[in-house]
Amino acid sequence: MDTVNLSPLWLSFKTAAIATVIVFITGVILARIIARNSFPGKGILEAIIMLPLVLPPTVVGFGLLWLFGKNSFLGRLLMDWFDFQVVFTWYAVIIAAVVVSFPLMYQSAAAAFKQYDKNVENAAYTMGASKWRVFWTISFPLAWPGLLAGLVLAFARALGEFGATLMLAGYIPNVTDTIPLAIYFEVESGNMEMATFWVILIIALGFSAILWLNWWSKRNMMRYSRQRNNE
Amino acid sequence: MLNVHIRKSLFHFELDVEFVVRNEIVVLFGASGSGKTTILNCIAGLSKANEGLISLNDKIFFKGKKSHVPMQQRKIGYLFQDYALFPHMTVWKNISYGMKSEKLAKDLMEELNIGHLIQQYPHEISGGEKQRVAIARALATEPQLLLLDEPFSALDDETRAKGHHELIRLQKLWGIPVIMVTHSHEEAKKLGDRIIYIKRGKFQSTNETQQSKV
Repeated sequence: MDTVNLSPLWLSFKTAAIATVIVFITGVILARIIARNSFPGKGILEAIIMLPLVLPPTVVGFGLLWLFGKNSFLGRLLMDWFDFQVVFTWYAVIIAAVVVSFPLMYQSAAAAFKQYDKNVENAAYTMGASKWRVFWTISFPLAWPGLLAGLVLAFARALGEFGATLMLAGYIPNVTDTIPLAIYFEVESGNMEMATFWVILIIALGFSAILWLNWWSKRNMMRYSRQRNNE
Repeated sequence: MLNVHIRKSLFHFELDVEFVVRNEIVVLFGASGSGKTTILNCIAGLSKANEGLISLNDKIFFKGKKSHVPMQQRKIGYLFQDYALFPHMTVWKNISYGMKSEKLAKDLMEELNIGHLIQQYPHEISGGEKQRVAIARALATEPQLLLLDEPFSALDDETRAKGHHELIRLQKLWGIPVIMVTHSHEEAKKLGDRIIYIKRGKFQSTNETQQSKV
């Protein structure tokens, strides 16, 4: 282990960060629209959103390959129109991370938007506030602890994604070799020292994220639930 | 003057009510689930009637099956049962959220004796104080109608009695129609200029209260 190629670390961080931003924005918007409204087919829609959470990552990878593969409709369309190929690029790493981490973000955001009293939004509306103002001044701050939990979980999930990434992006050193892929291929080639290095690093990252999240949530929960001291 | 005619299908029954509120306190009295809060929500625009007419001072909010004025523009002060104060904002931020003038908001805080709570958060104040903050917040928007959904149900006897006095005083001061929902017959008789009895979405009877209030 003379020289350590840190490419998997940077690639993992870069792709997980981009995937988390995408997942956070789309997850919050979708959860806000779906969570508190009833409409026909809501159960089916939510089941589809949550599906990647229960499916084996290889099945998700197979699905993505079927969707973005060279011979698929979308794959051909992207190639013909934009001369762009998804499979075996770092874009594929991001897509795989987005799909597997999205259910975690959606679940946390939907729960966060349901957990506070809806009348606080109604009160703001009756005071003349626009939907946009109510979202940014009431809904978003009140849901923030849950949204942040979803964000951290989604980031951790994106960072640890393996199966779908391998199927859609393959293992191309310095291009698609995220930490989980690097661990697998280091073990495959008998380089246990390097594999151990990556394993310890990813455990430390995951552990820190969860530890910080627990500490932060506890602090925030106490903030709103504290009762009047002199009561 | 508020004109209300609401028809709305609810889960177990059909809500069908028609009434007029002048500059007075009208109490909607009835058991849980009789449609009282739904009436308030339809007037405020938080819920939509199947058909009917809702107008305030000749401004038509809802006619036929169509809403003509969105909830944000109805100029209605709504006091929710649990007050629905914004938990992440201080008392002042709550009151100033929809205020029309800073002077009025500050005067209301003095009037309701909550000026000293300006920097406190809702979880740091008592039930009676929360109620007064919620009233100040609703009145700071200069509403033309006040809706109160069981505003005294969470308070102890002494605070409730103070709240009753406060409501009658404010209604006289502001001279706007007030509709209050309550479960308590004693409270209804004490505060209402008129009491409307509701059962399963229909009016049972209307009583003019003769006795002097509180």
